[in-house]
Amino acid sequence: MKNTFTRREILSQGLAGMSAAWVSSHWPAMLSAAGHARQAAKGVGPAKFEFLYPEQAVEIEAISARIIPTTDTPGAREAGVVFFIDRALVTFAQDNQKVYAEGLSELRDHVREMFPGTEKFSAATLEQQDEILKSLDEQSSGGGGRSFRRRAAAQSFFETVRVHTVMGFLIDPDSDKHGNRDGVGWKVIGRDAEHMFQPPFGYYDKNYPGWQPDSAAADKTKS
Amino acid sequence: MKPEQPKYRTSEEVDFVIIGSGAAGGILAKELSGNGFRVVVLEQGPYLTEKDFVHDEIKVFNQDLLTNHPQLQPNTFRRTPNEKAKPQRALVYGRLVGGTSVHFTANFWRFHEIDFTEHTRFGPAEGAAMADWPITYADLEPYYTKVEWEIGVSGQAGASPFDPPRSKPYPMPPLPVKAGGVLFERAARKLGWHPFPAPMAILSQPRPGRSACVNCGFCLGFGCEVGAKSSSLATAIRMAEKTGRCEIRPNSYVHRIELDANGRATGAVYFDEKRNVQRQKAKAVVVCANGAETPRLLLLSANKQFPNGLANSSGIVGKHLMLNSGGVVTGVFEHPLNDYKGFAVSRVLHDFYELDPEKLGFRGGGGLDARFDSTPISFALGSLPPGSPRWGTGFKDVLSHNFTRTLEIFCHGTSLPVENNSFSLDPDLKDAWGLPALRMTYKDHPDDLKLGAWLTARATELLDAAGAQKMWAPPVQEQQFAVHLLGTCRMGKDPKASVINSDHQTHDVKNLFLCDGSSLVTSGRGQPTMTIEALAFRAADRITSLAKRGELPA
Repeated sequence: MKNTFTRREILSQGLAGMSAAWVSSHWPAMLSAAGHARQAAKGVGPAKFEFLYPEQAVEIEAISARIIPTTDTPGAREAGVVFFIDRALVTFAQDNQKVYAEGLSELRDHVREMFPGTEKFSAATLEQQDEILKSLDEQSSGGGGRSFRRRAAAQSFFETVRVHTVMGFLIDPDSDKHGNRDGVGWKVIGRDAEHMFQPPFGYYDKNYPGWQPDSAAADKTKS
Repeated sequence: MKPEQPKYRTSEEVDFVIIGSGAAGGILAKELSGNGFRVVVLEQGPYLTEKDFVHDEIKVFNQDLLTNHPQLQPNTFRRTPNEKAKPQRALVYGRLVGGTSVHFTANFWRFHEIDFTEHTRFGPAEGAAMADWPITYADLEPYYTKVEWEIGVSGQAGASPFDPPRSKPYPMPPLPVKAGGVLFERAARKLGWHPFPAPMAILSQPRPGRSACVNCGFCLGFGCEVGAKSSSLATAIRMAEKTGRCEIRPNSYVHRIELDANGRATGAVYFDEKRNVQRQKAKAVVVCANGAETPRLLLLSANKQFPNGLANSSGIVGKHLMLNSGGVVTGVFEHPLNDYKGFAVSRVLHDFYELDPEKLGFRGGGGLDARFDSTPISFALGSLPPGSPRWGTGFKDVLSHNFTRTLEIFCHGTSLPVENNSFSLDPDLKDAWGLPALRMTYKDHPDDLKLGAWLTARATELLDAAGAQKMWAPPVQEQQFAVHLLGTCRMGKDPKASVINSDHQTHDVKNLFLCDGSSLVTSGRGQPTMTIEALAFRAADRITSLAKRGELPA
């Protein structure tokens, strides 16, 4: 089945629809981005940003940390999302460079306007940061449209960072092409790290006795 | 490892050139080469194998690793023929050796008798071009069995009281039940319905060179790295290669079928990987390019004899497109299901396969399945309840709670064949090779929408009976996106009302055959691939006997 909400559509166009730039075929670069996040995460030498200036990286990390905050479980910060995004912006998401550059510049103005005396997003309190992002989200989503609706190719700064943050948090950590440092994103959502499983899988199939023919199976009542 | 293949010269007239290597093309390649013919398969996409298949959602869904590429192959969409179509991604299909069977869900129901005889049974339907098939379920039954045994389908014969007759049991038991399947089964029985283990084209037991399913959870949308999914790539293509008479030629984008002065097809013209034009000569041409690209290729091949498109004297090439209707209801449960483990579907029910149009006021019918086919990123971006926070602690909380506790009930139903619903050539938009792009025109028949809403109501009852703590169902709306590509070169006896006969031979060109989703006369209740593959096995038999009787022009 396929109405506008079906899984197939979400899979095949929903994600792609989020950002046309992501559709471009830059896969090898993706590998590289993941490796970059991993290397930075492992502390193998100092993290060197390729697109973002350090002060911009601080801002992006602060935004991503409000999109998926650190609570009693890890968030975007622990998953190394900012490194994932930085590498993405010089490789497969190059088309989003302008969105980030302009978005960060507008963000600075926005912060000053909303909270005079505060010079940058990362310097605001967490409550202020949420307020700022809320105003950006309202601007960008037109009042909370569903994320799996098709979007125009040019999407807002906030929506772009939001989608990239989710991707950097949840991409397969076992492949050599990811953010999701140490698989923390999967741990948070309850996905086991393995790629091979045996039943029973969950709570409701634990004591399943095996399929039994239905006693009323002969009843072919039509509706 | 790819077995050694013959390398045919393009100037060498092979017996058959097959265009497309998916569900139908793979099987025709296997059967025809196995019957002693020299075969070249031209596939527009690359030849990837298990080692290329990864669990990376960005690569697969955003960068179209396995599927048609919206930038190279853009298309347009409109609802009715009066509108100017606008660029909008409207379809997805597998674009690699193995076609869509590489990434499909692998739900493998057979069609039932009613699907072949609905017109006679219920008469015409307003606004739809209803027609019976020129073949019946009984004609196709041996070939359904062949698919199950040769390609590999797991399931339990006799488990559904609504199943059509079968000549043999499944070759292997059903896949294990998932927690969502248990919830579905118990709730359906509470409601007096008849759930059964889903027939799936995924191995529950290993076969030579192929592993049984390891329940990795990256199934719909992904290629199977252990060969458990019974794609054409993992099955028929390899068998075809082993005959030593079949060459699989990837990165070969066919854009024209040429005829000689006698009106016989002489082969296929294609762009090779470097975009050089090549001509493969053949005694006969078999097009298995899917329900969108097959009619497109015929329309692109218009010539003096067929100014409206090759084999299109009927004028219906590309028309009567059917996508299957349906709906989805999602529920969240108290305890973890962990349905992210494993294949998508473990339980199905067919109680609503044949509905009473008199009683309900609409035509058609359908089935329900218990499903979880999300991978982590697609779940986070697309599967949370409406109104959920999109970021922040609230987002993280609902995401962490729901990922392991979510179950979907998918409703799969009929689409009625409407003449205006079609694939045609866009008059303006071109693809990266300079060829006219696909234009999709589609507006669901009102009965399809009524059926979708009715099935959605049943699925809601089911999730309620299963004890879902929260559930939601988006309203059933008109479709603008195609996955199932059906009916666009329909089979029939009357050359004025169909494109191919029951041998899959075009009425107009005797050595041109079409076999894929385009051949279907009715849509079934979703899950068309099983029937496409059964048709392909049958078509191979028919084509072989025509060739052996000397009835194909040489």
